[in-house]
Amino acid sequence: MSQTKKELLIDPLVDNNPITLQVLGICSALAVTSSLQVAFVMALAVTFVTGFASMFISMLRNQIPGSIRIIVQMVIIASLVILVDQILKAYAFQISKTLSVFVGLIITNCIVMGRAEAFAMKNPPIASFIDGVGNGLGYGLILMLVGFIRELFGSGSLFGVTILQTVNNGGWYVPNGLLLLPPSAFFVIGLLIWAFRTWKPNQVEEREYKIQQVEAH
Amino acid sequence: MSDPQSQEPKGAIAKFLAASPDSVGKTIFVAVAVCLVASMVVSAAAVSLRPVQEANKLKDKQVNVLQVAGVYEPGINVTEAFAAFEPHVLDLAAGDFVDDQFDPATFDDIAAASDPELSVALDDDPAGIGRKAKYRVIYLLRDDAGDLEKVILPLHGYGLWSTLYGFIALENNGNDIYGLQFYQHGETPGLGAEVDNPRWKALWNGKKLRDDAGDLQITVAKSQPAAGADFYVDALAGATLTSVGVDNLVKFWMGDAGYGPFLAKLQAGDL
Repeated sequence: MSQTKKELLIDPLVDNNPITLQVLGICSALAVTSSLQVAFVMALAVTFVTGFASMFISMLRNQIPGSIRIIVQMVIIASLVILVDQILKAYAFQISKTLSVFVGLIITNCIVMGRAEAFAMKNPPIASFIDGVGNGLGYGLILMLVGFIRELFGSGSLFGVTILQTVNNGGWYVPNGLLLLPPSAFFVIGLLIWAFRTWKPNQVEEREYKIQQVEAH
Repeated sequence: MSDPQSQEPKGAIAKFLAASPDSVGKTIFVAVAVCLVASMVVSAAAVSLRPVQEANKLKDKQVNVLQVAGVYEPGINVTEAFAAFEPHVLDLAAGDFVDDQFDPATFDDIAAASDPELSVALDDDPAGIGRKAKYRVIYLLRDDAGDLEKVILPLHGYGLWSTLYGFIALENNGNDIYGLQFYQHGETPGLGAEVDNPRWKALWNGKKLRDDAGDLQITVAKSQPAAGADFYVDALAGATLTSVGVDNLVKFWMGDAGYGPFLAKLQAGDL
C-alpha cells in the first residue's frame, strides 16, 4: 500500500475500475442508467457514501471487533444512505421520485462494502476517504457512459434535452426500446469491458484452464 | 495508542481504547455505541428535514392538480393558484360531500384505503388496488362567477410494475374529459412511462365517459371500439399492460364502484 493519494483517486477510474475490472455494483448500474440525470445523481450519492463510509470505518478500524465488523460497517453505510435519501427527498424531490428504491439499495452495493472491507479496515482515514471517492467516481464514470448511450439511443435525448427528435413527438428518430430496459445495460457494460481491455490488455484475466490439444494417432 | 507496547496507557479511557477490540466487553460496547450514534444521526436528519419533505409532497400534488386542470404554467405561484380549487371529501357510495365529518385539507384518502374503518375490501377489483377508501378528496374549480367549471377526481390502479396515482379532470357536465395525468408511478421509462408524454395526455382532452344511453364507454385500446372515436383513447405503443391498467382504472373509478353516484348527481344538478 504505497500508492500516493493521487493514484488512489485516479486508479479506480480506468485501471482498477470497480465495474469494468472488478465487475461489482452491476445491479444498480442496470437500474439507474436509462437516463443521464438519474445516473448522475446516483453517481454522486454513491461517491458520497463510499467516501464517508470508508472514512468513518477507517477512523474506527482499530476499535471494530473482528467478530462483528461486517455488521458495524453495514450500520455506518446504512446510516449514510438514509441520510442521502432524506436529503434527496427534501431538496431534489423529483429526482428522488425517479430513483425511488435504488437510493436505499446503495446499502447493498458491493463497491461500498468492498472498499470498506478491502481498504478502509487497513488504511488511515484520509487515504480511505480518497480511495472511496475514487471508486465512487469510477462507478460514476461507467454509469455516465452507459447512461449516455442508453438515453441518447433509447429516448433520443441527453439530460432530458431532445437531441434526436423521436417519432412519438413528431420527429424522425425511431428510438431503440431495448435500450430503455435494464438488460440492455448488460450489453453496453459488456462492450465497455471489451473496449477497456483492448485498450489496456493487462486487465485481461489469465485463463483458469487451457483446452488440451490432443494429437491424433 | 501510537505504541502501546512501550508505553503503559494511563486513565480509564486510554486503557479501554488500548484494550483488544475482540474482548466481549468491547464488542458489546462498540456495537451499542455505533448503533446509538448512527440512530441519532439518522433520526436527527429525518426529523429536521421532514417539514421540507412534507412541503415538497404537498406542492407536488398541488402542481399535478393544477396541471390536470390546465391552469399550470412554469413559474406560477402554486399555493396561490391552488387556492382557487375547492377541496371536498366525497362519500363515494352516496355521492355526497361529507366535509362536516372530515377536514378536506388534512384528510388523506390514500392512507384511508388501508384503514379498515374507512375502506372496503374489493371482490371485483379490475384496478388491482385491493381495498378502496370509502371517501376521497376531490377538487372543484369554479369560474369568476362562482359557477362550476371543472371537477378534479383522484384515481389509481395497477399498471405493469406499479400502482399509478393520478387525477382526471372533467368538465362541469360530469361527462366530458378535460385531462388525465399521473403524478406517481413506476412504469418502464420510454414505454409505460409514456403515460406522462404530453402528446398522449392530450388525446384525453374532449373524450366522453358515457354515451347517450348512460353506459360507460371510455376505452383505452389498440383499435377503435364500436362506440366511436369520442370514447376512444389510443393505447401506448409497446406498453400493452400499462395501457390495460389505465383502461381498467379509469373504467373502475368512473363506474358505479367509483365516482358513478357522484357523477350522476352532478349531471342531475343535485349538488
